[in-house]
Amino acid sequence: MIERPDSAVSSVARNLEGYVGFANLPNQVYRKSVKRGFEFTLMVVGESGLGKSTLINSLFLTDLYSKDYPGPSQRIKKTVQVEQSKVLIKEGGVQLTLTIVDTPGFGDAVDNSNCWQPVINYIDSKFEDFLNAESRVNRRQMPDNRVHCCLYFIAPSGHGLKPLDIEFMKRLHDKVNVIPLIAKADTLTPEECQLFKKQIMKEIQEHKIKIYEFPDTEDDEDSKLIRKIKEKMPLAVVGSNVVIEVNGRKVRGRQYPWGVAEVENGEHCDFTVLRNMLIRTHMQDLKDVTNNVHYENYRSKKLAAVTCNGVDATKNKGQLTKSPLAQMEEERREHVMKMKKMETEMEQVFEMKVKEKKQKLKDSEAELERRHEQMKKNLEAQYKELEEKRRQFEEERNNWESQQRILEQQKLDSSKTMEKNKKKGKIF
Amino acid sequence: MQERTMAATEIARQAGEGARGVPLSGHVGFDSMPDQLVNKSVNHGFCFNILCVGETGLGKSTLMDTLFNTKFEGEPTQHNQPGVQLKSNTYELQESNVRLKLTVVNTVGFGDQINKEDSYKSIVEFIDTQFEAYLQEELKIKRTLHSYHDTRIHACLYFIAPTGHSLKSLDLVTMKKLDSKVNIIPIIAKSDAISKSELAKFKIKITSELVSNGVQIYQFPTDDETVAEINSTMNGHLPFAVVGSTEEVKIGNKMVRARQYPWGTVQVENENHCDFVKLREMLIRVNMEDLREQTHTRHYELYRRCKLEEMGFKDTDPDSKPFSLQETYEAKRNEFMGELQKKEEEMRQMFVQRVKEKEAELKEAEKELHEKFDRLKKLHQDEKKKLEDKKKALDDELNGFKQKKTAAELLQAQNQQAGSSATLKKDKERKNNPWLCTE
Repeated sequence: MIERPDSAVSSVARNLEGYVGFANLPNQVYRKSVKRGFEFTLMVVGESGLGKSTLINSLFLTDLYSKDYPGPSQRIKKTVQVEQSKVLIKEGGVQLTLTIVDTPGFGDAVDNSNCWQPVINYIDSKFEDFLNAESRVNRRQMPDNRVHCCLYFIAPSGHGLKPLDIEFMKRLHDKVNVIPLIAKADTLTPEECQLFKKQIMKEIQEHKIKIYEFPDTEDDEDSKLIRKIKEKMPLAVVGSNVVIEVNGRKVRGRQYPWGVAEVENGEHCDFTVLRNMLIRTHMQDLKDVTNNVHYENYRSKKLAAVTCNGVDATKNKGQLTKSPLAQMEEERREHVMKMKKMETEMEQVFEMKVKEKKQKLKDSEAELERRHEQMKKNLEAQYKELEEKRRQFEEERNNWESQQRILEQQKLDSSKTMEKNKKKGKIF
Repeated sequence: MQERTMAATEIARQAGEGARGVPLSGHVGFDSMPDQLVNKSVNHGFCFNILCVGETGLGKSTLMDTLFNTKFEGEPTQHNQPGVQLKSNTYELQESNVRLKLTVVNTVGFGDQINKEDSYKSIVEFIDTQFEAYLQEELKIKRTLHSYHDTRIHACLYFIAPTGHSLKSLDLVTMKKLDSKVNIIPIIAKSDAISKSELAKFKIKITSELVSNGVQIYQFPTDDETVAEINSTMNGHLPFAVVGSTEEVKIGNKMVRARQYPWGTVQVENENHCDFVKLREMLIRVNMEDLREQTHTRHYELYRRCKLEEMGFKDTDPDSKPFSLQETYEAKRNEFMGELQKKEEEMRQMFVQRVKEKEAELKEAEKELHEKFDRLKKLHQDEKKKLEDKKKALDDELNGFKQKKTAAELLQAQNQQAGSSATLKKDKERKNNPWLCTE
């Protein structure tokens, strides 16, 4: 229940020598709570004529609805209304601001589809008010107008739940503590009542309706009590605005020719059980469950809708454990990382491309160089060839020329000799 | 959103503006509500966090031990700490059926440095961190406030050194920084060093200094009649002069906690000797719950408000219409998304720019390369042409020579023929004419 903090914790509860005094803490809490006063909002839902207003008056021993402030049943409505009356009651130094929320017109129309919608809207609007007040920058004392408990009145048909009953409870069990009651139970005999209760509980389980559950206690006595109450669910109640004298006692009851059905008689109906449970023992728990469970459900759904706007719904559920702001921080960090990654990737691609291009350039440069070298070499070879050819040619020519010169010389010589000889020959 | 609360659902009028009082004709039973609440709190357990601020050696740990009648862990600290650190320890205590999770936070090294300007900083930071943790939890989407271990500091005991003169400037500076963040209860430590008359003067001096410097210390609440009287009396005894001791001395036939001197014994729980009992009474037995409440409704709210305003949250828009939570978050979210997108765009643009530049560079280089090779090509062509010319020249010479040669050879052949025919003739003539001289 209590989480482990970061600092060192000694796990064994220490025994203190001597009285320190913090055992007085509960008294301090008591004092402060009395000073602050209490609030409670009770909603009653059911068809007209089931005795809702009478039951409220009986529960709180007051005329909440009287001639001056007539109950909703006195006013005939065409559509479902949601009305609230606030009263301040004091007892034993304790102040309670009680808000009764009534739903006249519920289930009275011919077509009752969606008659639960105004009720749901009302409950949600109270949650919203509280959420907005809680989320303000400047917060003041926030009045708690959330609906803490919903008494659902079941008509005493003796058979089972009506489709409307089932539908309503299914739709509201996630939003408010639902306590089903069998109204006008004095029309059922104890046996009929037993059967009826069994049937209702069976149907409630079948349809997986989550009605208000009593918290477990460690105290044995309390657990016994709670088990007894659980066996009696749903509670069959009778209400009355009239006080009758029975055997010298003044009791609230309903006078019949055949007797008086006493409201506060445990054998006649479960009214006392309801009153004790609702007011004397579990009022605080009803408020706590509303605050810790129903309100938190509403709030987390609401805020999840806001932050997950446009965010992929397949993302992990871990998002819901953060506040919307922390969510944004985390998204920002994720985004920074994403951008960094993108940046490095782009850098890499960029560098790679540049390298490629450069390499290509280098390659074509090398290629061109090579070809150029090739051609140069070729040219040089040709030059050499030419040189060689020329040399050969020159050599040949020189040879020939020198040959010619020799021949010429010879010719010259021979012609000279011939001349001589000719001259000589002639002489003969 | 607002339509839903107004037109669509038909929420009719309330019965009167506020709540009207109605009389009860019997015992309903809701006067058990405070008991129900208390039972729940007891089952859940309580938690209380104390911060002890004071110089090393003023007896902070001893006082905690004395207050809670137990020996908490820890060794006495040295004076050579480089900075102020906060050490916190959590203990689970139980008294009758009440469970208390007590966290004691000690400032280690406070006032030991030569330069003490930043001493208060780590303390303020620590307090803020606890507020922040709570705020974060409170803002979560799925939160568990009910079972959250509250680490916010509920009370700060400020230990004043028993100089007997006045507050040190470090004390004033620190308390001023802390008074809007935590409930400060100033106490005079080791007050057995001060005589009664000096003590009275000391207390007056301290109180006046606090007032003149605008330091808001915690006042015990006087709004609840049950405790108003005792609280207001105690308010007049502030700051409490305390002595702590875990050692017991036998006085009469009882063992009491005391400090034994040659000249007498100072009894911790003797109200004539010191204000320890008053401190215990006020801190634990009477006002513990109020300290917790003040921390939550005043100090924490102040922190929260500042933090949210810092982040740009407002309760009303420029037209003074109230923001709904959804609108606020949506607005923040849009702003945030826009920012992110802008950043992304900027980075893209930068890259596009760089790519363009690099492309231009590379194109330049390519162009240069081609030009270079065109030049080389041209050179090559020239060389080739020269070679061709030379070749041609050689060929011409060759041809010329060949012609010459063939011509000469032809001539020679003719000559020879002529010569040979002449020779033949000569021979013939000689044969015919032996008188011819032979050559």
